[in-house]
Amino acid sequence: MPKFNMDPKKHPMPSQEPLVRNKNFKEVALGYDEATAVEEAKRCLNCKNKPCVAGCPVAVDIPAFIALVAEGKFEEAYEVIARTSSLPAVCGRVCPQETQCEGKCTRGIKGEPVGIGRLERFVADYHMAHSSAPAKKPQPNGHKVAVVGSGPAGLTCAGDLAKLGYDVTVFEALHVAGGVLVYGIPEFRLPKAIVQKEVDGLKALGVKIETDSVIGRVLTIEELKEEYGFEAVFLGTGAGLPRFMGIRGEGAKGVFSANEYLTRTNLMKAYEEGSETPILHAKKVAVVGGGNVAMDAARCAKRLGAETVYIVYRRSEAELPARREEVEHAKEEEIVFRLLTNPVEILTDADDNVTGLRCIRMELGEPDASGRRRPVEVAGSEFEMEVDCVIMALGTSPNPLIKQTTPGLATQRRGEIVADENGKTSLDGVYAGGDAVTGAATVILAMGAGKTAAKAIDEYLRSK
Amino acid sequence: MFEIVRKEALNPTVMRMDIKAPLVAKKAKAGQFVILRADERGERIPLTVAGCDREVGTVTIIFQIVGGATMTLATLKEGGCVADFVGPLGTPTHIEGLKKVAVVGGGVGCAIALPVARALHEQGCEVTSIVGFRSRDLVILEDEFRAVSKHFYMMTDDGSYGEKGNVCVPLGKLLAGGEQFDEVITIGPLVMMKFVAAATKPYGIKTVASMNPIMIDGTGMCGCCRVTVGGEMKFACVDGPDFDAHLIDFDEAMKRSRTYVEFEAKAREKHCNLFKKEVE
Repeated sequence: MPKFNMDPKKHPMPSQEPLVRNKNFKEVALGYDEATAVEEAKRCLNCKNKPCVAGCPVAVDIPAFIALVAEGKFEEAYEVIARTSSLPAVCGRVCPQETQCEGKCTRGIKGEPVGIGRLERFVADYHMAHSSAPAKKPQPNGHKVAVVGSGPAGLTCAGDLAKLGYDVTVFEALHVAGGVLVYGIPEFRLPKAIVQKEVDGLKALGVKIETDSVIGRVLTIEELKEEYGFEAVFLGTGAGLPRFMGIRGEGAKGVFSANEYLTRTNLMKAYEEGSETPILHAKKVAVVGGGNVAMDAARCAKRLGAETVYIVYRRSEAELPARREEVEHAKEEEIVFRLLTNPVEILTDADDNVTGLRCIRMELGEPDASGRRRPVEVAGSEFEMEVDCVIMALGTSPNPLIKQTTPGLATQRRGEIVADENGKTSLDGVYAGGDAVTGAATVILAMGAGKTAAKAIDEYLRSK
Repeated sequence: MFEIVRKEALNPTVMRMDIKAPLVAKKAKAGQFVILRADERGERIPLTVAGCDREVGTVTIIFQIVGGATMTLATLKEGGCVADFVGPLGTPTHIEGLKKVAVVGGGVGCAIALPVARALHEQGCEVTSIVGFRSRDLVILEDEFRAVSKHFYMMTDDGSYGEKGNVCVPLGKLLAGGEQFDEVITIGPLVMMKFVAAATKPYGIKTVASMNPIMIDGTGMCGCCRVTVGGEMKFACVDGPDFDAHLIDFDEAMKRSRTYVEFEAKAREKHCNLFKKEVE
């Protein structure tokens, strides 16, 4: 057993300098080297009761993989993670570890927790860089399953089922697989080459990916089952239409939903010279909202050349729903936070270009249903901010297509698909998970749902 | 990859292509649209379906060369391929039960007005088609329209073909003469549709406009294609593209459609320079 490293602090993540990185789209965090990874791994106490594992939605055997890292057995460590996680290089980068595995870490009681996310990323990157062994294709079991949507829920479900020998086809509406991992999360947080490698890994397992296929339009769920012989269907259709505030000026030129702004930038690579997809190169940008998506949009705007980028959020810093790390990164990159501030009107010129944002100051009142203190307007405190672009990052409602075209599929009032704790919907053989069920949440929760549904689908098909 | 089975220039700036996409061809109905990308670096271009052949498995698109992306598309050859072709998207035009309809098309919008007129004709509806173009050399699909219309009106802005004037001239005369339509369906430039809506409003005739706003994904994700209809925010890709023309905020839609005019102009210039170089 290696000697424990009792340093109370995590090894810091090597990163690009803030004022350098806020002008490029290259990855911000550079990753541990081998020596740092081994040293960080030695901080793990290998607790018998494994509190970290209980904090992981896909139950990665964290102490086991970290022990292997401490011994320098990186490839073996990868095998441990890969047993339960389909997308380790993605999770190591975008999981909110501070509220999951690391939030439960014993070392966190008297210091900083073990850098589990950083170690996971190191192991996954090591594997991608060093492994050339082709994936072992599982023995086919002769059963066909369709997965709708190739985001984190769909890819995880597809991977788990493929490992069990199912013949899995993933249908993706866009021209490239990955869902929110490619259209939403920016290159500088999650390089698209990493997503592509994870997708290639699934293909090596035998998963087929059909891009350009909008299920509900080109084929219905019923047709997949009746005409194409899929015995079960998993719906991981993700978040849908963006919400707006309903204030004056939202139709003006220079107002975007975060989805649109991020899709233009990430999926369509509008930041690259030679891309045919246009993007507005604004000078002063206000991003409305305080979640991870708002931080992503703000940091993209800065990189696209904006001089000033504001985050406009109606509550205070403590209530920001974004990960702490994202907020810190944004601040380091000179994103300006206008907290306790709520827009009331988007100002425009005669040609309907955005010229400013009229806002009102807020204060916090009594806690509301979410347990957070309710923001209340301060009377007479309206003021104007000069901006030429407004990005609304206020969350989304589930995509309506499947609901509209699948008779008998029960949905909530707002359109979320109704599914039980195993992902089972109101239709026989149809399962669902991820944002399509929960409304906008995180990548890892979607992966957890995909994993649970894969298990349920396997049980369902075995019992048939 | 999706093969371009047939390619034909309808006029100097309007191109027709038949694309092999059997699954889309099987499902597409009048009023729906597709999104395509010419090549791996291309923009996602939304185009309303101009027709399809279910037997052969092809979908017809008709597009005007406007910016960089449509220029790239126009350079592809018969027998070549487009990288992506996805559809059918949007809700089909509601034509059920209509007995007497005026279809009013303008410019390249006529390409999408035609399948609607044809579908109406095929269900036994009496179709009056009114089509307008800037001038004679831009006229497309005249014979096709005549074949499915009981009454046909050809208008050009400069009078070089048909009657001189815009589509609202014959429409206004018909309405003033007491002509009753179950519905007026209009597809074309925003300003034309705005005036068609204004012309029918006093008569209380239900009028539907097919919107073609800027889009990216086209599947109900990005929110780019929002249109204000009756004071409410609607999304053309899933709620439309057809909306009640009397409720659409056309002025806002016209301004929004000009968001990237400058970018498109630059893209066009760059492409033209490339062509020049090739010629030299």
